Amino acid sequence: MNVLNFINAFFSDSAHWKGYDGIPTRLWEHIWYSLLALAIAAGIGLPIGLLTGHTGRGGNALAMIATAARALPSFGLLVLMFIGLGLGLLPVMIPLVILAVPPILVTTYEAVRSVDPSPVDAARGMGMHESRVLLQVELPVALPLILSGLRSAAIQIVSTATIAAYVSLGGLGRYIVDGLYQRDYEKVVGGATLVAVMALATLGVFWIANRVAVSPGVRRSN
Amino acid sequence: MNGFFDIPSDLQHSWIGLVGLHLREALLPVLAGLVLALPLAQLCVRFRWLYPPVLWVTTVLYAIPSLAFFVVLIDYTGQTELTVMIPLAVYSLVVLVPAIVDGVRSVPPETLAAAEAMGFGPVRRYVQVQLPIAVPAIIAGLRIAVVSSISLVSVGALIGNQGALGNLLTDALFYHRTELAVNSVLTTAVLAILIDGLLVGLRILLTPWMPSGARPKPKADRPDPAAVALEDVSR
Repeated sequence: MNVLNFINAFFSDSAHWKGYDGIPTRLWEHIWYSLLALAIAAGIGLPIGLLTGHTGRGGNALAMIATAARALPSFGLLVLMFIGLGLGLLPVMIPLVILAVPPILVTTYEAVRSVDPSPVDAARGMGMHESRVLLQVELPVALPLILSGLRSAAIQIVSTATIAAYVSLGGLGRYIVDGLYQRDYEKVVGGATLVAVMALATLGVFWIANRVAVSPGVRRSN
Repeated sequence: MNGFFDIPSDLQHSWIGLVGLHLREALLPVLAGLVLALPLAQLCVRFRWLYPPVLWVTTVLYAIPSLAFFVVLIDYTGQTELTVMIPLAVYSLVVLVPAIVDGVRSVPPETLAAAEAMGFGPVRRYVQVQLPIAVPAIIAGLRIAVVSSISLVSVGALIGNQGALGNLLTDALFYHRTELAVNSVLTTAVLAILIDGLLVGLRILLTPWMPSGARPKPKADRPDPAAVALEDVSR
């Protein structure tokens, strides 16, 4: 297998493990960008999704926003922002957040909307305040779906951050983009492997989060 | 020679030519994905134990970033259109299988029993009863697959000018012509919205028994798994 040889050569070269362009540095950059973008997107999407889902208003507007956002090409947005705002973290963060908010927002909305109404009514009947109904009844039941929305946003951020290496962001995409320019296929494939592992690790993190955070009763009924 | 639709000659296409190229690179993979997804989904409906592992594999495949997918394929298919189209076909397959499975499963058992009582064989029952009833779910999957495919073709520009309209983005940086990037983003977005609209129209044509324009009603008690899987898919 040709590609496996390249991967092996890339990872066994000790020069790839240290310094500014070393694997630990690039991996850490990629994780940092992804976490930052996900945190900002969740900070925008979660509260709005929870509120609109709780009140049940604005569903059509959300669906329209989601469709419109899906039609935007991620790579095109990156290049446009880069041309408009120049070098730096900001022109990359804006597209990452724009692309990550809709899945979080729409899934959270749908998740809260689709919570079984009878326990919600029961909670209200017991005299719970609306905020407690949302946070202590609806949120735990809706959590698996909300997490799946966050997961798709995270996956998307990880893969778009890879492409962002083309507009001079650090991270694991650097190996792919630089390797293509330098005709260093070993580097390209090594970078691709790291990116794929990172994406799988993201899936793993959300699988664990699902195990830890979702109450066993909710998980069973799903 | 600096009009909005004037394309640098290194791309060897007019604007319309690029649009055609883009559509071909985006739509052929979705078609291939659909052709593969139909039998695979039928297997998953037939053998229930098959569905969870298939879902697992598709989730993992879908998580692999497109750029990583492209560059690994370069070793086998070179810097060609095919290298862009294979991953897009895989992504489409991944979106379509759950959509079709949920659509076919949503056919009520009474309907199937009625078809059987009318003497339909399994093939005829599938083509004339199950598939038409699954059309809304299949089209919902196709819409997602097509829109994300159109957006992802542009990434092909990174592996040596295989990105059709995406090549305008690399040229915009290369020649310092911002309007090329604006052109690329706008054209891609408009293409995506147009094709999406065409698919909605197709659904209305194919399902005359449904009220036009209405979305399939979400079930009250449990979130629709298809809707959730489909939300997974924009990037």
